[in-house]
Amino acid sequence: MEPINEYTGVVYPLEKVNVDTDQIIPKQFLKRIERQGFGQFLFYHWRFDDDGIARSDFSLNEEQYRSASILVAGKNFGCGSSREHAPWALLDYGFRVIIAPSFADIFYNNCVKNGILPIALPQETVAELFTKASEGYSLTVQLENQSISDNDGLHVSFEIDPYWKEMLLNGWDEVSRTLSLEDKIEQYENQRA
Amino acid sequence: MEPKTIIEKIWEKHVVHREEGSPDLLYIDLHLVHEVTSPQAFEGLRMNQRKVRRPDLTFATMDHNVPTIARHIINDPVSKVQMEKLEENCKEFGVEIADINHPDQGIVHVIGPELGLTQPGKTIVCGDSHTSTHGAFGALAFGIGTSEVEHVLSTQTLWQSSPKTIEVRVNGQPGAGVTAKDIILAIIAKFGVNAGTGAILEYTGEAIRKMSMEERMTICNMSIEAGAKAGLISPDEVTFDYLKGKRHVPQGEEFQAAISEWRNLATDEGATYDDVLEIHADEIEPQVTWGTNPSMGSSVYGRVPFPEDYEDPADQKAIAQALTYMGLTAGMPIQDIDIQHVFIGSCTNSRISDLRAAANIVRGRKVHRNVRALVVPGSKSVKETAEAEGLDQVFIDAGFEWREAGCSMCLAMNDDIVPPGERCASTSNRNFEGRQGNGSRTHLVSPAMAAAAALEGKFTDARKMKQPVV
Repeated sequence: MEPINEYTGVVYPLEKVNVDTDQIIPKQFLKRIERQGFGQFLFYHWRFDDDGIARSDFSLNEEQYRSASILVAGKNFGCGSSREHAPWALLDYGFRVIIAPSFADIFYNNCVKNGILPIALPQETVAELFTKASEGYSLTVQLENQSISDNDGLHVSFEIDPYWKEMLLNGWDEVSRTLSLEDKIEQYENQRA
Repeated sequence: MEPKTIIEKIWEKHVVHREEGSPDLLYIDLHLVHEVTSPQAFEGLRMNQRKVRRPDLTFATMDHNVPTIARHIINDPVSKVQMEKLEENCKEFGVEIADINHPDQGIVHVIGPELGLTQPGKTIVCGDSHTSTHGAFGALAFGIGTSEVEHVLSTQTLWQSSPKTIEVRVNGQPGAGVTAKDIILAIIAKFGVNAGTGAILEYTGEAIRKMSMEERMTICNMSIEAGAKAGLISPDEVTFDYLKGKRHVPQGEEFQAAISEWRNLATDEGATYDDVLEIHADEIEPQVTWGTNPSMGSSVYGRVPFPEDYEDPADQKAIAQALTYMGLTAGMPIQDIDIQHVFIGSCTNSRISDLRAAANIVRGRKVHRNVRALVVPGSKSVKETAEAEGLDQVFIDAGFEWREAGCSMCLAMNDDIVPPGERCASTSNRNFEGRQGNGSRTHLVSPAMAAAAALEGKFTDARKMKQPVV
């Protein structure tokens, strides 16, 4: 996966709470056997009507968010199904950073494993981002020193588990890393046998 | 020794490697696999020339995509490819599979317990969020994503940060006709869809102790709907009785030895949790959800709320959006909601006791003329048992469709779909927008409540319909 450290991008504000993975990618698109190409189905029923025409009442379809790559959303983002197709769709669409007051556990893990940086910020800060996120608003994220800033004086820090941080900074392949501990796994299996 | 919870005990027994600044590397005892979340994981193995470390601890089935009528006709070519791919992958990597024609086939969370693969003290994972179901046996069971599926296939381990623990204490006894489904829906309605975020729940209390294994599975199944990674119940005699004689469970003397070990897993007297949530079972009435997440529910005697009933403006907005999506008017009685579909099935409520409960309501009556009703047993084994008891005929006589085992209308990945704008009383676990089909409107209920709704064409208290018509 692609490492991430300093990252600047246009913000897309999705002012909804409890956005579930069924909304991020509806089930009819889970039948593919590849990891790629899910971006076109992101938020499908919010973005498109029954005839597949872009809905004018869904803000992601607006010109100003065309190049957005930082998603800001309400609490408990990514709840529900464990489908990794959700982060695959977000990443393929172009989102590298997701900011919300809280995330569902499985979704959070799935993001990190795909090089998407999920950032949990206090509700008030997220509310401030919603207010600020008008046309062309962008944020700069620094993973190394765990901070977010804009051109308008905002500067906040965020928490992240050091293990996840290392993984994202280095773009680790977790399986290779674990396989380097194969003797420990074998030892454990032998002890239990 | 310091008293411990079952969660801590299982965790400690599975730590393969621990180092500062890193999650624990946990050993996984059982990996369940299905067709939707595994193809990319197997592909990852192939690309890196890796093998499945422990095919003997891995078990696959097909459930999400499978047709529930005319088994061999899979209309959707993409679904077909996904099922064929699982078949191929299992063959190539030496994984046992209960495919569509296999007598053990069924919903992965129904067959794990049936086959005795699910056992107390095990760590169990599956690329499916409802893996929490297996926690009913005192196992630490949780859903994972496809990258983690690949990780477990390759290494039989997972990196896991030590979670918070929450005790969910269900005091007292529910009234007659109030089911496990009503209890878990009431818990989620009371504490919310993110009450368990970052935590593992242990359900305790008198009401839980008196439940059968199938009822406990219904409870643990929906832990994820409260945001929890997993939910479990300390094993007891009810657990051991259920497991006795199951195919993959130790037999004879070995079974007795296993029981003594399992008994020690139960949470010690005086063990503490990071948090405790309490609810009184005797105050719970049959539940119906009215909104677009599982916490948006009420008693069958309740009303659809007003957005202004909520304090947080974000919640107000969410409620208003939910009512618009659901086509409901704030303040209307739950019992005035007309339904067009009924789905009895899913990993929450498709076991034999669920079908019996529904059949008891339905027996000798007819499905309402405006309603299309489906019963989809959780496994081939459940289906056979039901047929041996004549339940299939009870449902068919009443006007229900009697189907083959699978996930079916819970998520409508196959052809079992609720059309746009129509309403379904469903025994499944999620009422998200579009869950049962684009534009579909889902109301979560127990099997008895779903059966009663099928007969009336709207929601009604199933307890009032208990006596079969003569």
